[in-house]
Amino acid sequence: MPLLKRRTTREAEIPTSSMADIAFLLLIFFLVTTTIDVDTGIYMELPPPLEDTEPPEISDRNLLTVLVNRDGDVLVEGEFMTLGDIRQEVIRHVTNNGADPNYADTPSKAIVSFKTERQASYEMYVDVLDELRSAYVDIRDGYARSNFGAPDYATYKERLPADQEDQVADAFPIKISLAEPDPGTGG
Amino acid sequence: MAHFTKKASTKQEIPTASLPDIIFMLLIFFMVTTVLREVTLLVQNALPQAEAIEKIEQKRLVSYIYIGEAKEGDLRGEPAVQIDDALVEDINTIRDTMYRKLQEEPRMIVSLKVDSDSETGLLYDVQQELRVAQALRINYSTRRELPN
Repeated sequence: MPLLKRRTTREAEIPTSSMADIAFLLLIFFLVTTTIDVDTGIYMELPPPLEDTEPPEISDRNLLTVLVNRDGDVLVEGEFMTLGDIRQEVIRHVTNNGADPNYADTPSKAIVSFKTERQASYEMYVDVLDELRSAYVDIRDGYARSNFGAPDYATYKERLPADQEDQVADAFPIKISLAEPDPGTGG
Repeated sequence: MAHFTKKASTKQEIPTASLPDIIFMLLIFFMVTTVLREVTLLVQNALPQAEAIEKIEQKRLVSYIYIGEAKEGDLRGEPAVQIDDALVEDINTIRDTMYRKLQEEPRMIVSLKVDSDSETGLLYDVQQELRVAQALRINYSTRRELPN
């Protein structure tokens, strides 16, 4: 039986030329899917220390005071307000343009002063601050839409040539003042 | 002159069989040598959520301050401030620490990572210190609020 004795000489090698491609694919897959987490947050600027500068005189109508107490109650200009209403109130204040004597003269003069009791929770602090910022974002979005035909402020800013001034930010500067805190009374 | 017309019969191909090994070696080398700097948190730190947030583009400029309840040590359970890898024992030393950091990087942004359950009192103390140190650019670190 010569048939049984015959040996086939098959090649027992695995083709390795595509291994490089596989390695590259893996590399690219992990390159794309890896996210180094980006820090996000609310940007603010602290007022300079008091020794350097005298606080400027601000007429009462231009100042919208927002207070938060330890129970999480919000007081805007001395009146209780829910978290959701703050935004509208700030928008009314800033875009008043002298119409209502209780609100600001011009948007560039409008200042929002924000202060909490020492015992107030930080979560509430951020929530209120977020509402204040959102109000300004809404105002700027609206202004960019009506005057410059951009869908929102971010798009307007992207389209803005480098040598031109940001007219939206000039018209509505964000002036949220972190008020001088009460002297520490502990706890 | 038969000697001069003789052509070399060597193959002109570069062997590619070891290429994947080289790439794997590179991959593994960078995987092993890359160090993602992580801070060991000594305080509770659950960040609040917010909507009107910005990204911090330049991470080099950022220096972090953590505020929350201390997890261990003598101050355990008390609100505490952590800078870099240590708890701050005396609040008044923050001004020096931050002033020194500001000298190294004048465009420094201080990212405040404050626990959402903590009270704002300690935050105010830290902010007063930052004002003294002239480190006025701050960022309240928050997570992006998921739309409901």
